[in-house]
Amino acid sequence: MNMRQRVVWLVWSGVVSAVVLIGLGVCVGSTGFEDLLSPLLNPQVDPVQTAVAQQIVWEIRLPRTLGAWTAGALLGLAGAVAQGLFRNPLADPYLLGSASGASLGVAMALAAMGGGAGMLGSSVSDSANLVVSVFSSSLWVRVGLTGAAFCGALLAVLLTLALSRGVGHTLRLLLAGVVVGVVLGAMTHLVLLMSPDSLQAMQAFILGSTAFVGWTSTLLMAGVWCLCFVAAWLLARVLDGLSLGDATAISLGLPVAAMRGTLVAVLALATGTAVAQTGLIAFVGLAAPHLVRSLVNTTYGNLMLLASLAGGTLLMAADILARGLIAPQELPVGVLTAVLGGGYLLWLMHRGPNRVAGANP
Amino acid sequence: MKLWLFTLYLLATTSHALQVTDDRGVLVTLTQSPLRIVSLLPSLTETVCELGRCDRLVGVDRYSNYPDSVQKLVQVGGGLDPNIEAIVALKPDVVLMAKSSRAGERLEALGLKVVALEPKTHADVQRVMLKIGALLEVPDAQRIWRDIDAGVSAAARSLPPSVRGLRVYFEVNQGPYAAGESSFIGETLSRFGVSNIVPAKLGPFPKLNPEFVVRANPTLIMVSQSNVNGLQARPGWHSIRALREGRLCVFSTQEANVMVRPGPRMAEAARLMAQCIARKGADALTGGNP
Repeated sequence: MNMRQRVVWLVWSGVVSAVVLIGLGVCVGSTGFEDLLSPLLNPQVDPVQTAVAQQIVWEIRLPRTLGAWTAGALLGLAGAVAQGLFRNPLADPYLLGSASGASLGVAMALAAMGGGAGMLGSSVSDSANLVVSVFSSSLWVRVGLTGAAFCGALLAVLLTLALSRGVGHTLRLLLAGVVVGVVLGAMTHLVLLMSPDSLQAMQAFILGSTAFVGWTSTLLMAGVWCLCFVAAWLLARVLDGLSLGDATAISLGLPVAAMRGTLVAVLALATGTAVAQTGLIAFVGLAAPHLVRSLVNTTYGNLMLLASLAGGTLLMAADILARGLIAPQELPVGVLTAVLGGGYLLWLMHRGPNRVAGANP
Repeated sequence: MKLWLFTLYLLATTSHALQVTDDRGVLVTLTQSPLRIVSLLPSLTETVCELGRCDRLVGVDRYSNYPDSVQKLVQVGGGLDPNIEAIVALKPDVVLMAKSSRAGERLEALGLKVVALEPKTHADVQRVMLKIGALLEVPDAQRIWRDIDAGVSAAARSLPPSVRGLRVYFEVNQGPYAAGESSFIGETLSRFGVSNIVPAKLGPFPKLNPEFVVRANPTLIMVSQSNVNGLQARPGWHSIRALREGRLCVFSTQEANVMVRPGPRMAEAARLMAQCIARKGADALTGGNP
């Protein structure tokens, strides 16, 4: 199989596994696995049961399942962009601090809008209408939280870049990313400590949760994914050029600085949007591009698409397991992605150092 | 001075040793009833005060805020992240804390007496009150439990029979974590004769799949004010009967504090819950469609 056929084959397998998982996701819920499709297809048998099934599938399981896919796709895309941009196989939205920045943005937005009462130590919280929930499904709240997360993520990446004085030095970059991540994470906890009202909701959020993802969040993430994907795809040849070194890229006539800036924005937007809707979900951004690279050596344009598909599939599978394993209780989905994605990376490393492909394809 | 020392000596020899086995199974021996107490759990703070020994508290955790007098005391961090140094500086005779806190061993290593207690169910609350009563040498600690018990029974009696079998969901926080049948909140609800949508087998405070609540379709939802926002807008929740018919008990932050503390104010919690159930749920089952 040549590279092109391989890519096409992988795209199809990504799409097919996504469709299969969507089907499975619709059938797994608070009662474990169940067949809701037959009451949906045969409404004349039991109209009441059909109405319940319709509501649960259409309003809860479908948006949640698709939401998990879009969030995973955003993280996978962000991971691919980060690894290409920083020419570093360890770069992912988490190691660069952008996810910590995004969650700090969300925490500060929540504290400013709702938890402020707790911060002042007064009982202003009687004005319940002002309190904004991290799981709210109002479009403007979602957009607002996404904006806050984007600003936080952008700030974090810029801070990491400033600390590491550019992307030239791998160790410096990763060290800066880890430091920024830890400091911003600590600041998030500090903000939460000062606004106890938002603390409880944020705890679920910090562990990562797809429980309340509705159509608003899903469509928002899908829209941002399209935007980010198009931008990243158009700029992919810069990454291909960059993989040959800055000098070569510049000699090819690429406006390297401007395109790098745009890609940093894409990275921050993709990470921020995913974090604002689903909280901190680990390892998807790191594992998805590696999964793809272990299967095929390809251009960054193809990698963007394939990493999105892989990330979406991975998070969707984790979400289905999170609901199904101990139904009707739930596991935090971030814990499962860490186990699945982390376990996969360990296996990949165990197979031999050469198999963990470098960022340069 | 000599006389003073002599009196002290007399006191020391005449007072008998006090022994209490705490919920870790550790036998704690004190030479006398503690005069300086640090409490790291709001429900234990409230119990000490209810037993009339509020004046012996010298420090509390940051969440202890009732009765008002404890707000003037030194705060020594939270139950899970106490400020060890601040506690030691207070020179307490005993530290009361939750079993789940890790600070116990550290404090004991520093020479302090620690009594770790875990009030989780009604029976636990009763036991914990007797233990603290013994520790503080309060003769009739049983009285507090009798008052709570009588208060819960009175609250149950105040409910019209029509609320029996009402399907209730009590959300503790937005995880969503619920108060199940086996929690102390659930036990109070059981005594009211209402039915909890979260069965005992899921444990006291399980993290639920929100779909479970939609499917269980509760007739009444109890929630604190800090968690009520956006309830209606959660995916699929608008069809839940309690939200459709506005059968929602929203407790203010102060009221929610009373609800979630397994301490002497459980009778008040029962009264608050019963009032709301009577107000919001009394006609729910008469309209058919149980």
